Amino acid sequence: MTILVIAEHDHTAIKGGTLNAIAAAQKIGGDIHVLVAGHNAAPAAQAAAQIAGVAKVLHADAPHLAGHTAENLAALVVSVAGGYDCIMAAATGFGKNVSPRIAALLDVAQVSEIVEVVAPDTFVRPIYAGNGLATVQAKDAKKVITVRATGFDAVAATGGSAAVESVAATPDTGLSNVTGQELSKSDRPELTAARIVVSGGRGVGNAENFHKLLEPLAAKLNAALGASRAAVDAGFVPNDYQVGQTGKIVAPDLYIAVGISGAIQHLAGMKDSKVIVAINKDADAPIFQIADYGLVADLFEAVPALIAELG
Amino acid sequence: MKILVPVKRVVDYNVKVRIKPDGSGVDIANVKMSMNPFDEIAVEEAIRLREKGIATEVVAVSCGIAACQETLRNALALGADRAILVETDAELQPLAVAKLLKALVDKEAPRLVILGKQAIDDDANQTGQMLAGLLGWAQATSASKVEIAAADAAEMTVKREIDGGLETMQVKLPAIITTDLRLNEPRYATLPNIMKAKKKPLDTVKPDALGVDVTPRLATLKVAEPAKRRGGGKVADVQELVAKLRNEAKVI
Ligand SMILES: Cc1cc2nc3c(=O)[nH]c(=O)nc-3n(C[C@H](O)[C@H](O)[C@H](O)COP(=O)(O)OP(=O)(O)OC[C@H]3O[C@@H](n4cnc5c(N)ncnc54)[C@H](O)[C@@H]3O)c2cc1C
Ligand SMILES: Nc1ncnc2c1ncn2[C@@H]1O[C@H](COP(=O)(O)O)[C@@H](O)[C@H]1O
Repeated sequence: MTILVIAEHDHTAIKGGTLNAIAAAQKIGGDIHVLVAGHNAAPAAQAAAQIAGVAKVLHADAPHLAGHTAENLAALVVSVAGGYDCIMAAATGFGKNVSPRIAALLDVAQVSEIVEVVAPDTFVRPIYAGNGLATVQAKDAKKVITVRATGFDAVAATGGSAAVESVAATPDTGLSNVTGQELSKSDRPELTAARIVVSGGRGVGNAENFHKLLEPLAAKLNAALGASRAAVDAGFVPNDYQVGQTGKIVAPDLYIAVGISGAIQHLAGMKDSKVIVAINKDADAPIFQIADYGLVADLFEAVPALIAELG
Repeated sequence: MKILVPVKRVVDYNVKVRIKPDGSGVDIANVKMSMNPFDEIAVEEAIRLREKGIATEVVAVSCGIAACQETLRNALALGADRAILVETDAELQPLAVAKLLKALVDKEAPRLVILGKQAIDDDANQTGQMLAGLLGWAQATSASKVEIAAADAAEMTVKREIDGGLETMQVKLPAIITTDLRLNEPRYATLPNIMKAKKKPLDTVKPDALGVDVTPRLATLKVAEPAKRRGGGKVADVQELVAKLRNEAKVI
């Protein structure tokens, strides 16, 4: 078995989710190669070579690979796919965008967002917003898989010493071009990697409250900030804060839900957290059914008091 | 330009599904079914493009059992011009749906296909990207804004939701778009439009007639209920909360 993991990177460093995808690849077993495709991405290729458990790094460099468009990336992966039994990526925005295109070009099914490897061809994946866990067997000879990070402990980013091999870029498909990015900047830890997450919902009221109440709480706990979809739709915070079925999946040691009712779509993204705290003024809010520590209170009083109590 | 909008019939998003005791799947007998919420957004976007004079015709497509006609009637009531049901009782997985859609694209020659980013039952998030791959078209997934300057435009501008924020892309047409929640707010079907929808054309084809083999590539061996969380604990005040987090849970 030889497995190709498609690295997600910013041309310098490898993104966290890739380390979880490599961990899942190790569970399947076999030689693990990592593809780093980009433009002037040699530092990222070097970083990939350091990852524990990686046998080889394929490095493709060309201007039209800079934007990581699915069209160009999928064409490249298909050009090297002959040598692999299994092609994997993290189930992040990046992986979700490119992997199904690869699967279709190879005429194979994709197994999305696996959380467990049962056998090299059999995997567990959540369906219906995590209300069911399906065990599925992939019958195609070649497998295309995306990996939910919370299901696998990341491998170490260092300790390996894989060879880096150049591979030729496939021609530019010319189909799409990334012309701009608006990345939200924050001093807070990254949402999917943080040990503690503080999330706000519609109950927080507006963007100013979010900023005034939740940021100091997150700062005190060195926590990442998250949000419900309702908070995102109301414009309190950018979309990349969204936790849930159709947003980010998190499983921190501590998740604090403030002014969030606990719709199943939200629970899907956070119910595997180790400890859940809910602050909500409605004692019947569904979030309390899964919270370890529920505080029925007005958040406008409870959050400042909590910050004070933390000292 | 013609726009094709694939719409899936799924368990309504407000329903908390139950796993069958024998582990064979999810119990959907007597459960409310609706159009996949992302597909409502796709229909809405297509209709807005027609209202702006960019699109000439909006064709809704659903693949599945005869009851998917309801979903298609709903799309027609929202404003789609006509509908196609690819009827089969077979289990359809995303690759098979993408192949059926490709066959329809070959026949109908739309310049844009707008799908939902994800069906809320299988949570696959695959079909649009697969269809784009099969067609060799550009893809713009998780779109939160679509700008097409004219009916005969050679390309469009799409804003997409990505993990770190937003990304803007120039995308050659013909292309695939998949919708994210904030692309638009779908309208409600009015009673007169629901009545009118009953008279709009709805054609049915079979996968065989499209020359597509829909045999599943993934076998579902079992479906289990996730481990139940033992929640429900309450604290009286902030002091007790902090004390518990420090001394009992030891997470701060
Ligand atoms: C297809 C689809 C996908 C979706 N995906 C997601 C997703 O990924 N993530 C997600 O989060 N949602 C998602 N949603 C939306 C989801 O269904 C809910 O609408 C959303 O999670 C509700 O957010 P909320 O809890 O912040 O708001 P609400 O449900 O309005 O809850 C607000 C809560 O705040 C409390 N509150 C108000 N004022 C105060 C106060 N002063 N003090 C304390 N408490 C207060 C209220 O009691 C209430 O419980 C999705 C929906 C659809 C249709
Ligand atoms: N059976 C189907 N009929 C019509 N459209 C579908 C079907 N299955 C999936 N789709 C479309 O593909 C999108 C993504 O679905 P999925 O890849 O299953 O998550 C949906 O939002 C629909 O637009």
